Amino acid sequence: MNAHVESAKAKPAPMVGVDVGGTFTDLFFFDAAAGRFRTAKVPSNRGDEAVGFLEGLKTFGPLAQLGSIVHGTTVGTNALLERKGARTALITTRGFRDVLEMRRRDRLHTWGLWGDFVPVIERDLRFEVNERVLADGSVRQALDVEEVKAAARAALARGAEALAIVFINAYANADHEMAALAAAQEVWPNGNLACSSQILPEIREFERTSTTALNAYLQPVVGSYLAKLDSALQGEGFGGRFHIVQSSGGVMSTATARKLPVRTALSGPAAGVIAAAAIAEAAGYPDIITGDLGGTSFDVSLVAGGKTALAAQTTIDFGLVIRTPMIEITTIGAGGGSIAHVDAGGMLQVGPESAGSRPGPVAYGQGNTRPTLTDANIVLGRINADRPIGGKLERLDVEAAKSAIAAHVAAPLGLGVMEAAEAIVRIADGRMAGAIRLVSIERGHDPATFAAVPFGGGGALHVGALIKDVGLKAALVPRYPGVTSALGCVIADIRHDQVQTVNLTLDALDPAALDTRMVAEAQAARAVVEAAGLPMERIDLVFELDMHYVGQTHTVAVPLPVVVTDGSTGIDRATIAAAFDAAYQASFSRLLPGVPAKIVNLRTAAIGRRPHFDLRALAPEPGTTVEGARRGTRPVWFAGAWHAAAIYARLDLPVGAIISGPAVLEQPDATTWIDPDLVARVDGLGNVIVERA
Amino acid sequence: MTAIDPVTLAVLKGRLEQIADEMDATLYRSAFNPIIAEARDACHGLYHAQTGATLVQGTKGLPIFVGAMAFAVKAVIDKVAREGNLQPGDTFLFNDPYDGGTHLNDFRLVRPIFRGGTLYCWLASVGHWLDIGGNVPGGFNARATESFQEGVRFPPVKLFAAGVMNQDIIDILAANSRVPVSNYGDLNGQLNALDLGERRLAELLDAYGDAVVAGAFEAFSDRAEAMMRAAVRALPDGTYAFEDYLDNDGITAGRLTIALDLTIAGDTMVLDFSRSSAPCAGPLNIAYSTAAACCYVALKHVFTDVPANAGCLRPITFVIPETTLLGVKAPKPVGGYTETILRVIGVVLGALAQADPARATAAPFGTINALSLAGHRADGTRWVMFSFFGGGLGGNPETDGLSHANNPISMATIPPAEILEAAYPVMFSQWALRPDSAGAGAHRGGFGAVYEIEALTDADVFLLGERGLYPPFGVAGGGPAALNVFSWESEDGERSPPLASKVTDVKIKAGQHVRLETPGGGGYGDPRERRLEDVVRDVRQGLVSPDAARMAYGVALAADGTPDAATTRALRQGAAA
Repeated sequence: MNAHVESAKAKPAPMVGVDVGGTFTDLFFFDAAAGRFRTAKVPSNRGDEAVGFLEGLKTFGPLAQLGSIVHGTTVGTNALLERKGARTALITTRGFRDVLEMRRRDRLHTWGLWGDFVPVIERDLRFEVNERVLADGSVRQALDVEEVKAAARAALARGAEALAIVFINAYANADHEMAALAAAQEVWPNGNLACSSQILPEIREFERTSTTALNAYLQPVVGSYLAKLDSALQGEGFGGRFHIVQSSGGVMSTATARKLPVRTALSGPAAGVIAAAAIAEAAGYPDIITGDLGGTSFDVSLVAGGKTALAAQTTIDFGLVIRTPMIEITTIGAGGGSIAHVDAGGMLQVGPESAGSRPGPVAYGQGNTRPTLTDANIVLGRINADRPIGGKLERLDVEAAKSAIAAHVAAPLGLGVMEAAEAIVRIADGRMAGAIRLVSIERGHDPATFAAVPFGGGGALHVGALIKDVGLKAALVPRYPGVTSALGCVIADIRHDQVQTVNLTLDALDPAALDTRMVAEAQAARAVVEAAGLPMERIDLVFELDMHYVGQTHTVAVPLPVVVTDGSTGIDRATIAAAFDAAYQASFSRLLPGVPAKIVNLRTAAIGRRPHFDLRALAPEPGTTVEGARRGTRPVWFAGAWHAAAIYARLDLPVGAIISGPAVLEQPDATTWIDPDLVARVDGLGNVIVERA
Repeated sequence: MTAIDPVTLAVLKGRLEQIADEMDATLYRSAFNPIIAEARDACHGLYHAQTGATLVQGTKGLPIFVGAMAFAVKAVIDKVAREGNLQPGDTFLFNDPYDGGTHLNDFRLVRPIFRGGTLYCWLASVGHWLDIGGNVPGGFNARATESFQEGVRFPPVKLFAAGVMNQDIIDILAANSRVPVSNYGDLNGQLNALDLGERRLAELLDAYGDAVVAGAFEAFSDRAEAMMRAAVRALPDGTYAFEDYLDNDGITAGRLTIALDLTIAGDTMVLDFSRSSAPCAGPLNIAYSTAAACCYVALKHVFTDVPANAGCLRPITFVIPETTLLGVKAPKPVGGYTETILRVIGVVLGALAQADPARATAAPFGTINALSLAGHRADGTRWVMFSFFGGGLGGNPETDGLSHANNPISMATIPPAEILEAAYPVMFSQWALRPDSAGAGAHRGGFGAVYEIEALTDADVFLLGERGLYPPFGVAGGGPAALNVFSWESEDGERSPPLASKVTDVKIKAGQHVRLETPGGGGYGDPRERRLEDVVRDVRQGLVSPDAARMAYGVALAADGTPDAATTRALRQGAAA
């Protein structure tokens, strides 16, 4: 393996990005040395993802030629959503065994009092031991490690496979947790155990306990999945590096992923946003809103100035909170499989109930009889019923879709079937537009300066409505929208994030002590990135403080303009104060002079910048023509009338092609619909840019 | 009215709700006090020009405010009717609990929206300010006998007249609070929200036309009315009586009755509270508008798909006489209103459970438990730790109740123990679920909690709570939950409050503890029909004691926790016979 990596340095070996989704596994092969790429799409094999994974890889030739594989995975997410993690135990401070079950005293819905919550660790697997650290880090009651061992043995006797150790105030002093971990390791038969100060040394016991518990819950599942893939790859002669995309959009080694599986929760979607951002920036659109229209949901993410927005935590399902940096993705329940119905008050609704990808839309003929958004697009003629995306079905049943819309929407509303189909699309457009307004206008961005970047299979059908409803500048449809996440795996930087609670007012801060801490955090983060062993141009270190005025609860992220030089960041109080004022003013417009500012957390990220990926590699080959791409016309219903829409094979269009609506651009993994009052052009990288005519 | 096609109507519904949501989000982000920023104790919406009826409501507003806002706008409409002189650029401010308010901490801003020189609709914002004077910091004065002891009262006044701000009002506000900067910040946040709502609404009206949007408002109300009538029609005609009790009024012992006669006749409903107790001396009274608002909250928790606008109240008649503690006038104290409205919501749920067991929810834990500990640090600085605490929700036909939840009137979360310990000289020695606190049932209630706190300096203790004498009820054969219990250490042993869950000015020493044990939710259905494996699991997890399993559920367990089939059968059949 080493020899292979050595030789790879001389001439980089090809790299493959693999995104395993619920229905399909998408792959993107890139040979930097030859400047050549290929894509593949194979069915996913739920429960045995390795099969589709290898099948897809082999379409590019022998695995031994590959230098690295970067993988976006939903195995962790699915294990959480389906509650299929390991039997897990918790050891915690006496008096606090129920933190996980008590949450933050929330409830499921604003309106309606039904529903309950079952934590991932059952109460009889949650053990208390005597020990107590106070908020200032001082020890109130010593730890007895024998008590920890007894608890670990009791957990094993009850069948626990993984163990989380969380003590109150461990963010302020981790000594007890580390001692307990060492003691537990003496009796624990496997490596599936961790303490909270290793996973998230941050104040707030519920969020820290939840993140640590979910990490333990996922460790055996993700660990065995990765081990299985690893051995399958080796069995096929692969000798390169195998890496995983994190929710933050950064890449980590499989060794890190096995330790921190909780960081894979949004792996696949994050890779998609990374790729969309890179594609759009190269095309001259640094401000974009990505939209991934799947079977059940529409995921939106905002990229401003080429930078993805990171959220500090997410809720996977009620009470399942993960606090680790992740790309901020807003999800609404409107996807291709969303079911249209007329409610008791006579109002047309689309979603949140969904037919998903199985049984899927009525037109798929797999048993669903209630009309979906995709059925409406088929009836309107926007989707080609004779050449379904993905290649699993022979053709789509337009008549079945039509009668479902007639029965469930047209009749109750007193509309014609075509009007009803268009109404379904309009309602869905309205909901997608709402999600885009939510992430842009509500956060102070002007949508007129943003472009929509749809990826996945369905989003490009709706770009026109999004441009007009929200007032966006344009839409950019990547050349290969269906493999955007796989491409993101190839492009994404290596990244490792760390957090450490500080909890000091700026006045009380000892800058030298903070400097020492920052340098130590930076070294640790950098070491993890270096160990990944992928080619990198350089490693950037990014420091950020979570700060607020004393008395506030919400914090603002304060980026620090410092670098490590000769073992010091040179940080001082004035630099922090100025950075805080700037960040606070940007968020809230009004400073509070005289009120002391407080540093809550120090966040450190090491980012290994990958060699520049030249997206021109994806551009169309010269020699194609607009006429050569033309595939005749098809009637498409729009704004209450049939239009003769020109049909084009999208991948055959040359650079510079200009197509006026009404038109449909077809390609194997996506369909783009151009409204009659819009115009599309193919840019130098092969993207389709849609704008007002 | 302009008839609107159903598709435009659905699109407009989403756009208008988003305007209200955006107003909420603007205030949450820019508010200074955590009760708004973190607990989201605020609400925004659009209201009818002539009646003040709710046209559109945000999806995230505090539930109790959602019901109360229409009354606030009506208070301003009445003032304008008396005095005239309404102009574009006016903004009214007030907190009068007796004229469309709730309690003094809740400040309302109401702004007219003009189109083409005529009043088109109103925008309004409400948020809970931290402190507005009165005898107790933060306002929850369990001993108040007059409104004047609870804080300063503002009737509707013009904060802005034709776009010009009246600085005098700002100065008066500042002079009457312990935290003027916090209040000023929240006021500006609310103004930001109104400005934003006004801009967004103008854009929407320009795009769709005033008449089309006005038509949509009508249609939304009609639709909500139709849905509510359909829901009521599905209930059997008849009168369903239900009553529940408050422990006392905080001044003297003696229960207060909240009695409801709920009558269904066809597609109409009457909520008659005439049999409730007379106004009380302490702060457990509420005004008519507050009582009506919490009925709305209860109905919306049961009929979740009925949209949040005034149309859904058209089929409902309220009977809330001034002679009861639910319809008081100034200056009767109302600062403890949170407890009373929880009980009103409870009796509506209880009466509806009789009408339709399939939609029933047993009683939620039903007390806010506003607890504060206050003292001085070693350096002489003053500290006040103030929080509300959680309990269990009621069992229901679908699931067990949720453990350690918030109350039906809000979606507020609790601060983490670590945040409280970092901010105040306190140490939690217990933060746990409370075993045997849930009402038994085929679907039991959720569990309440135990919070045990050690003060690290000498401290004064205040608590405004309830359910110390009358537990959350079960429905459809389910059992009641445990009572709220509060105790503290003193030199002569453990002490409990003479007035159940209400305490003022108790002093504890550094190193002594207070202990709050909150109720769970009531149970749903006969506990002897609870699935055996669920009872076994609850016992294995230490949440139900073997004794309770036997007594309440008729399940006998062997020493190793496995069920004793023969005894269990006998116990369960014996109960059925």
